[in-house]
Amino acid sequence: MEQIIFYILSLIMVVFAIASVTSRKILRAVVYLLFVLIGIAGFYFLIDYNYLAAIQLTVYAGGIIVLFIFSVLLIHHIESKLEVPSLGRRLLVGFGSLVGASVTLFTIWSHPFNVAENSTKATEVADIGRGFLSYGEGGFILPFEVISILLLAAMIGAIIVAKGTRLTQKN
Amino acid sequence: MIPGVTIYEILTVTTLLFFIGVYGFVTRKNLISILLSVELMLNAVAINFVAINKYLYPDMLEGVYFSVFIIAVAAAETALAISIIINLYRLVTSVDVNVTETMKH
Repeated sequence: MEQIIFYILSLIMVVFAIASVTSRKILRAVVYLLFVLIGIAGFYFLIDYNYLAAIQLTVYAGGIIVLFIFSVLLIHHIESKLEVPSLGRRLLVGFGSLVGASVTLFTIWSHPFNVAENSTKATEVADIGRGFLSYGEGGFILPFEVISILLLAAMIGAIIVAKGTRLTQKN
Repeated sequence: MIPGVTIYEILTVTTLLFFIGVYGFVTRKNLISILLSVELMLNAVAINFVAINKYLYPDMLEGVYFSVFIIAVAAAETALAISIIINLYRLVTSVDVNVTETMKH
């Protein structure tokens, strides 16, 4: 059952990813990317990390995609289509990506992974939270605090950059 | 781990997603479409962290932490990039990479 769901999810993800990078209408490309992100959240549910799936759904589907749609609506004329790159360029880049993908796949499939068998330990959200806030060995409190400062700085920077000339012309 | 699915199949899917992102990153001319491709690549890498954590070290949680950090950095990066793009559109009324060269002077 899980196997069939995984194959359906991967098919959806790959097909919509291709549609997202080749679509000529940018709003449709954003919506196709939304489908890919929801497929990834489903994959997190399948692999039993419910917390990550919730984060993926709220941050990506709820935040970033809405930001994308707003910026597309602000910037683009809705009827205008993206220009198609020339056939030679598409073939060249497609060939390069295929070569890269096949080299990576060959490396992956020839590497023996030591898969840990029969581990049925369920992951609890409380464990993740304790790991984030522990300052003992293997704790993640420092990057956790640094990332909060990074988010604050990015927020202030985004406001100042997007306000642009009005802020700087005053003085 | 997912019953009946090996780690090789998961890594295959994420590799395909990553290189689809690379294809879009190189072929697209529009800045927002380039940002979409970057999101695709970042997500493929986040799945890799989670899958390898779950399959090889199921008692640890490090892959989950790193995925959360990737998602946070991606959110910050997207917000900043979109604000820069909107500001750029005000200056040159275009968001194509071959038109925006105001920093070159």
